[in-house]
Amino acid sequence: MDAPGVVVIDAGADVVVIGAGMTGAACAYYAARAGLTVTVVDRAGVASGTTGAGEGNILLSDKSPGPELSLALHSVALWRELGETVGDAQIELERKGGLVVAASATEHDTLAAFADRQRAAGVEAHAVASHELPGYEPHLSPHLVGAVHYPQDMQVQPMLAAAHLLRAARATVLTGTCVVGLLRDGTGGIRAVRTDHGLLPTSRVVNAAGVWAGRVAALAGVELPILPRRGFVLVTQPLPELVRHKVYAAGYVANVERSTAGLEISPVVEGTRAGTILIGSSREHVGFDPAMSLPALRGLAAAAIRLFPILAGVSAIRAYRGFRPYSPDHLPIIGADKNVPGLYHATGHEGAGIGLAPATGHAIAALLTDRRPHVDLRPFAPERHHVHL
Amino acid sequence: MSTYDLVVIGAGPAGLAAAVTAADAGCRVAVLDAGPRPGGQYWRHRSGADAHSHTDWAVFAGLRARFDQLHHHPDAALWFVESRPDDVGPQFAVHTHSTVVYGRRLVIATGAHDRVVPFPGWDLPGVVTAGGAQALLKGQGVVFARRVVVGGTGPFLLPVATGLADAGATVVGVYEANDPVRYARHVGAVLGAASKSTEAGRYGWRMLRRRVPYRRRTAVVAAHGDEQLTGVTVAAISPLGSVVPGSERHVGCDGLAVGFGFTPQVEVAVALGCETFMDRDGSLVVRIGPDQATSVPGVYAAGEVTGVGGAKLALVEGHLAGDAIARSLGRAEPLRAGERSRLLRIRRRLRRFAAALHAVHPVPAFWPDLCDDQTLVCRCEEVSAGAVRQAVRELSAGDARGTKLLTRAGMGWCQGRTCGYATACLTAREAGRPVSSVDLQGHASRTLMQPITLADLAGDD
Ligand SMILES: Cc1cc2nc3c(=O)[nH]c(=O)nc-3n(C[C@H](O)[C@H](O)[C@H](O)COP(=O)(O)OP(=O)(O)OC[C@H]3O[C@@H](n4cnc5c(N)ncnc54)[C@H](O)[C@@H]3O)c2cc1C
Ligand SMILES: Cc1cc2nc3c(=O)[nH]c(=O)nc-3n(C[C@H](O)[C@H](O)[C@H](O)COP(=O)(O)OP(=O)(O)OC[C@H]3O[C@@H](n4cnc5c(N)ncnc54)[C@H](O)[C@@H]3O)c2cc1C
Repeated sequence: MDAPGVVVIDAGADVVVIGAGMTGAACAYYAARAGLTVTVVDRAGVASGTTGAGEGNILLSDKSPGPELSLALHSVALWRELGETVGDAQIELERKGGLVVAASATEHDTLAAFADRQRAAGVEAHAVASHELPGYEPHLSPHLVGAVHYPQDMQVQPMLAAAHLLRAARATVLTGTCVVGLLRDGTGGIRAVRTDHGLLPTSRVVNAAGVWAGRVAALAGVELPILPRRGFVLVTQPLPELVRHKVYAAGYVANVERSTAGLEISPVVEGTRAGTILIGSSREHVGFDPAMSLPALRGLAAAAIRLFPILAGVSAIRAYRGFRPYSPDHLPIIGADKNVPGLYHATGHEGAGIGLAPATGHAIAALLTDRRPHVDLRPFAPERHHVHL
Repeated sequence: MSTYDLVVIGAGPAGLAAAVTAADAGCRVAVLDAGPRPGGQYWRHRSGADAHSHTDWAVFAGLRARFDQLHHHPDAALWFVESRPDDVGPQFAVHTHSTVVYGRRLVIATGAHDRVVPFPGWDLPGVVTAGGAQALLKGQGVVFARRVVVGGTGPFLLPVATGLADAGATVVGVYEANDPVRYARHVGAVLGAASKSTEAGRYGWRMLRRRVPYRRRTAVVAAHGDEQLTGVTVAAISPLGSVVPGSERHVGCDGLAVGFGFTPQVEVAVALGCETFMDRDGSLVVRIGPDQATSVPGVYAAGEVTGVGGAKLALVEGHLAGDAIARSLGRAEPLRAGERSRLLRIRRRLRRFAAALHAVHPVPAFWPDLCDDQTLVCRCEEVSAGAVRQAVRELSAGDARGTKLLTRAGMGWCQGRTCGYATACLTAREAGRPVSSVDLQGHASRTLMQPITLADLAGDD
């Protein structure tokens, strides 16, 4: 039994989700829809982690055929449903489509071949000739040689999406509550979650702690190899609509441009409902270094101007950074922990955790209620990394 | 690229004093300021202006005479700061729109701006901050309206009202929400800063001469007008800080200057990772040690950024910072030990006085209740008080960063300079707890300290 004086702060939910980011919110939502009672804990606030420090692209366009694309295809279908249930406007879900542009003939060939393979896997992708580009994006650089239009790409406001899914789940949300321990019973299964405010009795826990999920797993004595990949986003002054789609360079998919060792700039340019344009994002392996990097911001500005020369005279008013959670093989980790009965992991989505959240939550809910997940989860199994440990 | 011993950000009393003291000891010093002329808020002046309207102009003239030998960058707003330590020690790169300046030490002397507290009608044309009214007057010689009401709290309302009256405006009334008679309770602190109270007496005398009515425990609770301000509602405030029901009355005016104290501009410190805390007046300020050093090696802070305390305190802190930096670089000792301990004594006394003023002039407790759900909080992104409350109540936003992410309050042009304090307070109030430094920090980080065009950003080295 627990030591005297230990406070139990929750009546005992069927499942406790650790992390109120996009992933945790989606897990809570689908678990609740499957009939479970859910408590969500976050040491800070809703969307206070990477979800509040990234962008909201829901992309098929950047994914090559394979397990991640299957997850993404299911997610896109679920996002459409969510937009209808919660309201597109509430979560600023915009079905605007993506436009991937090529700057050279070689880039164009690579892009066209890539799109062919995607089409075979069920992605809608239409070739756009250079003379048609102004019809899609009037302000694009005239030097581009062509593009592929991906009508299924969407955009969402991640913080609002997480908050509204939690609300729709009617989950108990405990913010400012840090998980400090996972208590096990005699057979090794989960018995309760220990927080800095007291105990949450439960037999099932979803670890959706994003880039910090490795530390949460360690509380159960499990190693989960999740690492941070830093990224910056630039925000411009509010403008009348200049950019209609999510526009990015083919280099993003093929071979990301390198300006400084370790720093990769792959510009995605998109308008938001507030009229600002987001220019993201950079990728660096620098641990949790919080410092703003001027080379990264410069690279983003230069890359955006190359796509949209008109942006040269537009002001950036803000920049922010976040840490993407990634695993060694760059695939998410979704599934039950083989070593700890009752523990499930949902993390490691790197730069696609917003887009992939619904399919992830849907799959976790299936596992929690002993149903077969819609997507084959074997490629995402937590134990695949065990060999590397 | 040349590296200065010291780069001072801000040429107000604190920055000037730091720069001159360090330069006198042989340091190579550069001073950057967003404005066209040195002087900061306190000695803001038009080109060619002389002593007339300014307090302590002789002190300024003395500093400026020595200051002219330094590398002064006017019209140089800093938009980014980097820490780039090398084997010699700390080094900083300070980016302005026209140049990059490198320094081994940094003094953050960026002062404060008006603290804005919303109320119904605060966003009407004709309503300005007290500091804004004063800056127009001092900087451009412009009187912002003809029939003016001055409201809010703090001793700063007096110079603003007399300044406007002297320049030809009709000041219909000065409404002080608190009760300055309570100064008496802090008599020790006041006597310790005698020159301050005679300063207040001088303003009182000038107000009397101009027949400016002055009401204590009275506040402007709403501003009215369709396109333009036509009048305000004023009401009596109870000793507990709430509006006395039935005491409301209308006052006609075409200008309202409101002042609820100041918010220090701490973003340079925050960007460099300096420790901050919530001061007694509810502002986020930079934590400093005895020699004005922040928690980050090589970075010093002086003036309002370390706690709002007025121009004299800013000067003293600047001298102390300049002195400590010169010593840390092994230069000649600019201040003799006796002079240094004298300054430390003055600093202690002025801080006590500032604390007493903060105690007498708190931001009144009633203001969040004045804001109905339609009252705008963030003008740039058009976020209402109701939207902030809803984010807390329905979307589980727990702190001010949460309400910012969910409503966009503070994400627009001004980057939360105007609405940050109010959003933090409304969030905490709705969450049923006092405001914390975490709330304030949610609106204090501005990685780009000024807007910059993408072309300039891409091309700057
Ligand atoms: C610059 C940038 C751009 C991006 N752009 C996109 C994009 O366009 N599209 C896209 O799909 N993805 C994008 N991403 C990636 C996406 O943001 C992430 O994959 C996603 O936010 C991860 O969500 P999460 O819920 O798993 O993690 P998080 O949002 O980080 O949530 C984890 C939560 O767990 C909490 N937590 C951690 N430890 C504990 C503990 N011990 N106790 C309690 N709580 C704890 C944290 O406080 C946090 O709130 C981008 C990322 C970055 C950095
Ligand atoms: C209208 C008004 C009247 C006042 N009257 C009195 C009075 O009667 N008595 C009294 O004791 N006090 C008075 N004060 C307060 C007094 O002005 C301040 O205490 C004093 O100016 C603080 O000095 P400082 O050096 O800390 O900051 P400031 O004087 O505010 O100087 C800060 C400087 O930093 C610059 N700066 C800020 N950010 C940047 C950036 N990113 N890049 C470049 N430069 C930057 C600004 O342009 C400014 O020049 C008054 C204040 C105001 C606003």
